[in-house]
Amino acid sequence: MSVIRVPEADAAGWRCAACDEPLVMRPVELEYLDALFNVELPTCPQCNRVFISEELALGKMHQVEQLLEDK
Amino acid sequence: MEQAELRAWEHKCIQEETPWCTAACPIHVDAREFCSLMAQRRWDKAWALLARTMPLPGVLARMCGGTCESACIRAQAGGAVGVSRLERFCADNSTHLPPPRPLPSRNKSVAVMGGGMTGLCAAWEMARRGFDVTLLCDAVGVGLRDLPDTVLPAGVLDREIASLRAMGVVIETGVQLSRSLIESLLEEKDAVFIDGNTVSEAGMLGEPDELTLGTRLAGLFASPADNAPPEFQAAAARRAANSVERFTQGVSMVSGRELEGPYQTRLFTSLTTVEPVAPVQGSSGWSEADARDEARRCLQCECMECVNVCEYLKHYKQYPKVYARRIYNNASIVMGTRQANTMINSCMLCGLCQAVCPEDFSMADLCLEARRSMVELGTMPPSTHEFALRDMAFANGDSCALARHAPAEDSSDYLFFPGCQLTASDPDGVHAAYADLRARLGRVGLMLRCCGAPAHWAGRQSLADQSLSILKGEWEQLGSPRIIAACPTCLKTLRQWLPDAEIVSHWSALRAMGLPGGARADGGTLTVGDPCSARHDTMLREDVRTLLDRLGVDTVEPELNGELAQCCGFGGLLAEANPELGQAVAQRRADELTKDFVTYCVMCRDRIARMGKRALHLYDLLYPGDGEPGSRPAPGYSDRRENRTRLCERLLRELWNTDQAEAEPHEAVQVAFTDEAARLMENRRILRSDVQKVLYHATRTGAQFVHDETDRLLASWRPSTVAYWVEYEPQNDGFMVHRAWCHRMRVRGGQS
Repeated sequence: MSVIRVPEADAAGWRCAACDEPLVMRPVELEYLDALFNVELPTCPQCNRVFISEELALGKMHQVEQLLEDK
Repeated sequence: MEQAELRAWEHKCIQEETPWCTAACPIHVDAREFCSLMAQRRWDKAWALLARTMPLPGVLARMCGGTCESACIRAQAGGAVGVSRLERFCADNSTHLPPPRPLPSRNKSVAVMGGGMTGLCAAWEMARRGFDVTLLCDAVGVGLRDLPDTVLPAGVLDREIASLRAMGVVIETGVQLSRSLIESLLEEKDAVFIDGNTVSEAGMLGEPDELTLGTRLAGLFASPADNAPPEFQAAAARRAANSVERFTQGVSMVSGRELEGPYQTRLFTSLTTVEPVAPVQGSSGWSEADARDEARRCLQCECMECVNVCEYLKHYKQYPKVYARRIYNNASIVMGTRQANTMINSCMLCGLCQAVCPEDFSMADLCLEARRSMVELGTMPPSTHEFALRDMAFANGDSCALARHAPAEDSSDYLFFPGCQLTASDPDGVHAAYADLRARLGRVGLMLRCCGAPAHWAGRQSLADQSLSILKGEWEQLGSPRIIAACPTCLKTLRQWLPDAEIVSHWSALRAMGLPGGARADGGTLTVGDPCSARHDTMLREDVRTLLDRLGVDTVEPELNGELAQCCGFGGLLAEANPELGQAVAQRRADELTKDFVTYCVMCRDRIARMGKRALHLYDLLYPGDGEPGSRPAPGYSDRRENRTRLCERLLRELWNTDQAEAEPHEAVQVAFTDEAARLMENRRILRSDVQKVLYHATRTGAQFVHDETDRLLASWRPSTVAYWVEYEPQNDGFMVHRAWCHRMRVRGGQS
């Protein structure tokens, strides 16, 4: 499965507070209603916590959710 | 939905029915479209339309007697549209068109006998359909040649005869009809047609059959000798051509011919807002402006009764017949996107369309059935109603719901059922109302819970049934007392699903009991707005007006009220499925108000108040608080929950000396919101409790992000199906929230 890159995933200025690590882009699996996507998202390299920006959640991600719900 | 059901739905909507003029016209000229083009001074386009339908258009357009005018409903508002005069004007002022190109030859030959109007039209109709036509007559244009120029200008007839030849018609003149000629033609040709108005010998064949124009001889057709107006002669010619076509194809001569010739239409067009306009005078010498003005008098008849009163139906740009088809298609999709889901879920289920429809079309029934079927098949989008159903579950949960006899009583004569939304919006009003009912009626129990309407609207009937069976069980436990319901939706829902119960509205009860002690009597003049749920409850609407009268309120009625009441956008869960449209619906209703608003449905009240109007619920006058009535804000989602919980706690503590169950740990998190955060949360359906859960888990686990410049923190948590993200900073003993967002998509591998 190819990795999707989304400009909305930007995490400029944010770091993982628990690990005190800057976030790095890593492929992450996102799933909804039996659909699976491999998306490159800002992630803490130590604890693997994934950052989902407001723009991504309400933009592309919301669109895909709606689309899958109407499938 | 089965295809037969779709057909039945489509049949019910009459928007696509033929307008009166076209139905009355013997050859069904689209006079409505013709007038539309004429009103735009598009003479050539209008002529092309006539020439498409009329045989020998140059002749017929000038001679048409205007049968449609006797059916024109503009007659009731100034006078019928002068279509026949418009046709003549169009014929005189448009560019001549070449004759229509006939269909490819069928290799079937027809003899037409008689050169009068009917014979010429029959030759035209049959040549056009690809028959090889021979016109046999004594002379061409009998009865048309001698007309004065004012009726038929010189050259017009010859031009149309030339057109007939161009279409392949062979014309033989000087032919006399005889029985032996008919017999030999029948041998030689595939069919024969006789123009009864021109050929006097046709009488010996007997009266032709009314439907088919057939005679005793197979393959021989004839028109009656009736000297009918030209448009009827053209219709007889068309009927003959249809019969010849059927005869030569060997198909039924009689089936499916109901729409040949004039017929009745089921179309409805309201004249209530139509201003009378007199016809343009004169019959000749019209200027272009005269013709345009006359054409503009055409009402462009259509129904659109429901669409005109419903913002939802208007929003999707079509009308119920089209929507029924879309809904049917939506359900048929196996792979691909179901485009009509949002449309199905946006109907308010309020019944206004059915109330105004001449044929009783109910979008509510159609959409509710579609929703139920989607739920059953698992195709209902999960996010559409989830928030509303969670709210319903909350209202029925331990922190909000109760069912008890009055304090110190062990039986109930009555049970007060205020409804979960009134409790959510005006807990103090509900508190005062319950005290009033107890004080004046004695043994009045209390039930706080949801009536189940949201589940019903969402198409989740099993959930509605489940909720109702709990409600019913509790009601029976209390001894099945008479129910006093304050919310018109609860009233309607409970009456429908709890038929054994005796249910009265709080308003009926107050009408009988008299006003409560603390009621205000300074109402002034208010617009009384009936909620859609009171549409079929005349008694309820009367009770409310009586109470308003006793409260000293002078009432103004909006145009759409009572049986034609509009929904506020809450009904059918529109505001959840389609928030923007829900907003537009409330805005439309608010815009129509000329005075401050008073109603007896708290959702109507809150939604109109949000549109910036001063809006009162009847409780604001009957059980007023300290503030100016109508100034009470319309609480947001979180506050609505809070209000329910606090009221339940307060009543349990004050009346029954009981403490509410322990609070959940996240409820201890102290949280404040910037105005922006509060606004975002309301729009995004994020509750204060959702934020508290995120912050509770973030502080316990330390799983947060931090911003280098602002030092703000960011954390997320997924209580069940939705993941919430909160951007915040610590403040005093708690947190100040700056932003919040949510999504449903899940990160695989466990992150909440």
